[in-house]
Amino acid sequence: MNNFTEILKSINSFLPELSVITTLLLCLIADIIIRKKSPIVTIIAIAGLLVSAYFVYMQSAVQESLFSGMLVIDPFAVFFKYLFILSSIIILIFFEFSNEIKESTHKNEYSYLILSLVLGAFLMASSVNLLMMYLSLELASLTSYILAGYSKSEKKSSESSMKYLIYGAASSGIMLYGMSLLYGFTGSLDIYEISRYLATNPTPNAFIYLTMIMIAAGLGYKTSSVPFHFWTPDVYEGSPTPVTAFLAVTSSAAGFSLITRLFLTTFLGSTQIVDGAFSIIAGIHWQEIIIVISVASMIVGNFVAIWQKSLKRLLGYSSIAQGGYMLAGLVVADTIGLTAMLIYLSAYLFMNLGAFFVTILIVNKLGTDDIEQMKGLGYRLPFVGVAMAVFMLALSGIPATVGFIGKFYLVTALMKPGAGYLWFAIVLMLNSVVSLFFYLKVVKSMFLERADNTDELPGIKFSVQSYIILILLLIPTIFFGLYFGPIVKLAESSAVLFGIR
Amino acid sequence: MVELNYYLGLSSILFAIGVIGVLVRRNAIIIFMSIELMFNSINLSLISFSSFLGDVTGQILVFFIIAVAAAEAAIGLAIIIALFRNKGTVNIDEINILKW
Repeated sequence: MNNFTEILKSINSFLPELSVITTLLLCLIADIIIRKKSPIVTIIAIAGLLVSAYFVYMQSAVQESLFSGMLVIDPFAVFFKYLFILSSIIILIFFEFSNEIKESTHKNEYSYLILSLVLGAFLMASSVNLLMMYLSLELASLTSYILAGYSKSEKKSSESSMKYLIYGAASSGIMLYGMSLLYGFTGSLDIYEISRYLATNPTPNAFIYLTMIMIAAGLGYKTSSVPFHFWTPDVYEGSPTPVTAFLAVTSSAAGFSLITRLFLTTFLGSTQIVDGAFSIIAGIHWQEIIIVISVASMIVGNFVAIWQKSLKRLLGYSSIAQGGYMLAGLVVADTIGLTAMLIYLSAYLFMNLGAFFVTILIVNKLGTDDIEQMKGLGYRLPFVGVAMAVFMLALSGIPATVGFIGKFYLVTALMKPGAGYLWFAIVLMLNSVVSLFFYLKVVKSMFLERADNTDELPGIKFSVQSYIILILLLIPTIFFGLYFGPIVKLAESSAVLFGIR
Repeated sequence: MVELNYYLGLSSILFAIGVIGVLVRRNAIIIFMSIELMFNSINLSLISFSSFLGDVTGQILVFFIIAVAAAEAAIGLAIIIALFRNKGTVNIDEINILKW
């Protein structure tokens, strides 16, 4: 009876997820009834996400454990849920603009695949039990395999989803093996229990490294961090562009939420935060794993991107590098680092989605995302070209854009006196210089080079709606770069993990 | 009673065979079977830990892993069929439009 009342009580706090599930089923039914391409299913999906956002808003200041310690609600999870809702609404709108999707015979089905990935991401952001972490990760992964390969007749699309599936299944297998060893050693799947065990029993560092590297394989694959990144460029190039944008923003943000919660909670010596720093069990150096992953991601992502010809592939390598920057916020293991990471994630949402929207518009008109083909394109579509330049500069972290604010806070967090991460901050800044090179390569191709055929090519026009969406993405990219108070405030109040104060 | 070490040894050997299979084999379906082998070795290690710790949560996780692995296999085979229709092959070496 006791359990039953607890479940009933938990369901009350489970409303954001429940509304996503309801919307998902409604979309499925609406698709069966309507049976033709219409924006109704998308509208239902967006309305459902807004309802879910309302319920998330109601939980703003709540800290609660649900379903016998399977899930928690805390400001950290709430922040990520906002991020998932916002990004998936934008992506659902993108679907209405992309020819790749509109021409597909099963356009409506994308809406509920998106919703089920959002559900997985919601659970990932709030799970505190290895069982729940695995299940939510798989819910998100299985959906993204389908999304990547949903243009069934496209060779590239099915190849990319095949590669995605093999890498995904193998790395989640490795993660599970790590989890099983951790379970066998500590006797629990609950990460708070595990942290209590590790704090009271001396643990050989080699064991921690082994299990944590194995678990990081599964999570690093989700966040596309080096050395688990091999699927990223292929999947980004092969899948339809809006799906790529979705994987780059929502799915990897979900990975970051999980990796942050797991690493920060599992190695807690005590639940007290002293001077903003999480107290890590003495003698366990988990940060070294994250440092290696983060530095490798930055370097590989930025340097390999230089040689890319395809814009989507370039954005793929860029998101590997951006993932590396974000992990830097985790290394510091204090609230400032966590805040910086959240700021960077929200900045990343606007600028990356903007860059992908421009890519969608260009692919619609040119039918290719080859950077060589974009020579002189800036003169044919001036506004879109300028917007692309802004997003590219934001991604490389130029001041007066939101990307600069993200990098600024990350570097500040790394330069905390006494932490000894000064070299890391320098590596991060040097990497942004490298990234400037390939981001500007796109701009250079658009504005500074002329097309080979000297005939004057006609200007390209887009629909009014697409200009409106583009402006709506440009405004936060620039506005939050100049007036970043609100974003910083929200991130600061969200850098609170359940059970740690 | 058989010691825990033997179960863990068997499980790690199976896991290694699975990983080697994923890396070495060239047929997508065999790669899939190797991944299933990896999952089953994990199940074995979880069950033996669970039995030796006298704690059921490990066995619950095993049930979930079995269910998820089945879902993964269903999606995987669907993707392999889609790929075979497009390319006429399931050999990983010939699936190479996307590189670098």
